[in-house]
Amino acid sequence: MFSLIDWVLKQIAGILQSGLTGLIAWFCHLFGWGTGFLESQGYIGAVSFFFYDSLKILLMLSLIIFIVSLIRSFFPPERTKKLLGEGKARGILGNIFAALLGTVTPFCSCSAVPVFIGFIEAGIPLGVTFSFLISSPMVNEVALIMLWGMFGWQIAILYIATGVLVAIVSGLIIGKLKMERYVEDYVYQIKMGQAEDVKPSWKQRISDAGIYVLEILKKIWLYVLIGIAIGAVMHGWAPTGWLVQYAGRNKPFAVFVAVLIGIPLYSNAAGMIPIVKELTRMGMAMGTALSFMMAVTALSLPEMIILRKVLKPRLLAVFIGIMTVTIIFIGYLFNIVIG
Amino acid sequence: MVIKVLGSGCSNCKKLEENVKDAVRQSGISAEVLKVQEIGEIMAYGVMKTPALVIDEKVKSMGRVPGVEEIKKYLRD
Repeated sequence: MFSLIDWVLKQIAGILQSGLTGLIAWFCHLFGWGTGFLESQGYIGAVSFFFYDSLKILLMLSLIIFIVSLIRSFFPPERTKKLLGEGKARGILGNIFAALLGTVTPFCSCSAVPVFIGFIEAGIPLGVTFSFLISSPMVNEVALIMLWGMFGWQIAILYIATGVLVAIVSGLIIGKLKMERYVEDYVYQIKMGQAEDVKPSWKQRISDAGIYVLEILKKIWLYVLIGIAIGAVMHGWAPTGWLVQYAGRNKPFAVFVAVLIGIPLYSNAAGMIPIVKELTRMGMAMGTALSFMMAVTALSLPEMIILRKVLKPRLLAVFIGIMTVTIIFIGYLFNIVIG
Repeated sequence: MVIKVLGSGCSNCKKLEENVKDAVRQSGISAEVLKVQEIGEIMAYGVMKTPALVIDEKVKSMGRVPGVEEIKKYLRD
C-alpha cells in the first residue's frame, strides 16, 4: 500500500517538476539565456528532491499530527498534574515519570506558564516539573515517526531515549541545585482551583484533531518548505561524504559546534528531518546530527521569552545551560554507541 | 448569563472569543461576555491549558476551541 502511495507521489512530483522546468525554460528563452543547466544532475536532483519530499512530508505530517492529536486529547496537563501531584512524584522516579508524561503531553505557549505554575502549586518538586517541561517540546512524536520512516526504528528509539534521558538528567540536576528561590515570587502565591473533569466526546476529539492539523500546517508550512529546500540544494549539489572530515564519527569537536549553532536556530522538527537526512548523507555522524536537531527544536527564543515570565534570569540561564550540556553529552555518547 | 473566555491573548483565545460572540448573537440569548486574561484568575478555575470556556462559573471546555455550534448547545442548556 505504501509503495502505491509512494508511486502516486512520485508521479505528482514529476508533473510539478516538468511544470517548473518548462516555466523556467520559457522564461530563459524570453531573455535569450541558455537552458543547459536544466539538464544538469544538480538541478534535476535538487528539484525532484524538493517536490517529492515536500509532498511526502506534508502528507505524512497531516496524518501523524491527526493521530497524535487524538492520542494527546486523552492527556491534558490537568490530568498529568493529578498523576504527579500530592507527593506522588518524589526522587528520581518522579523525574522519570514526569519526563515520560511530558512526551505525550502537547507543548504550546498557551500552557507552558500555567503548567509550570500549576505543578509548583500542587507541590510537585521543581526538578520534576522541569523534567516534564523539557521532555514536552523535546520529544516530538511528529519528528519521531518521521525519523522512523526515514532512518528506521533504531534511530527512532534512540531519539525518544535521548530526549527522555536529557529531560530526566536535566531535571535531576536542577532539583539538586535547589533553585526554588529563582522562581518568580508570584508563582508561589497563586491558588489553583479544581476543575471538573471535562472530557470531550469522540466526535469533538476527531473534529479538534482535524482543525489542529490545518492550523499547524498553516503555521509551519513555510519552515518545512525552507527545510526541504535547503535539503534539496544539499542533495543536488553537495557531494556525499564531504562532511566526514569535519563532522564524522571521530570528530568530537563537531558535536559541540553543531549544538552551539543549533541553539539560536529554530525550526519545526518536521522541517529538520530532510536536513538531518542530508547531513548524514554528507558524512556527519548520526549522534552529531541528532544533537543538532535537538538543539534546534528544543531551545528557541520564543520559548525562552515565555519561560522568563515564571523563571528569574539565573534559573532560566541554568535551564538553557543544562539542556545544552546534556544534549552535547548525549551527542557524544551516541556517536560512540552507534556502529 | 455570564460567559467567560479564559486566555492570555494567543490566537486560539481570540478565536474562542469570536466564536462565543457569534454564538451569543445567533442564539439571541442575552449574555455578558468577559475575557479573563490574568493567569491567577484563570488558574483559579483549575485550568492549565487555555483557551477555556466558563458559563455561569462552570467550566465547559478547556484546552480547545469549541465551534460556534457547540457553544450554542452549551448556551441552550
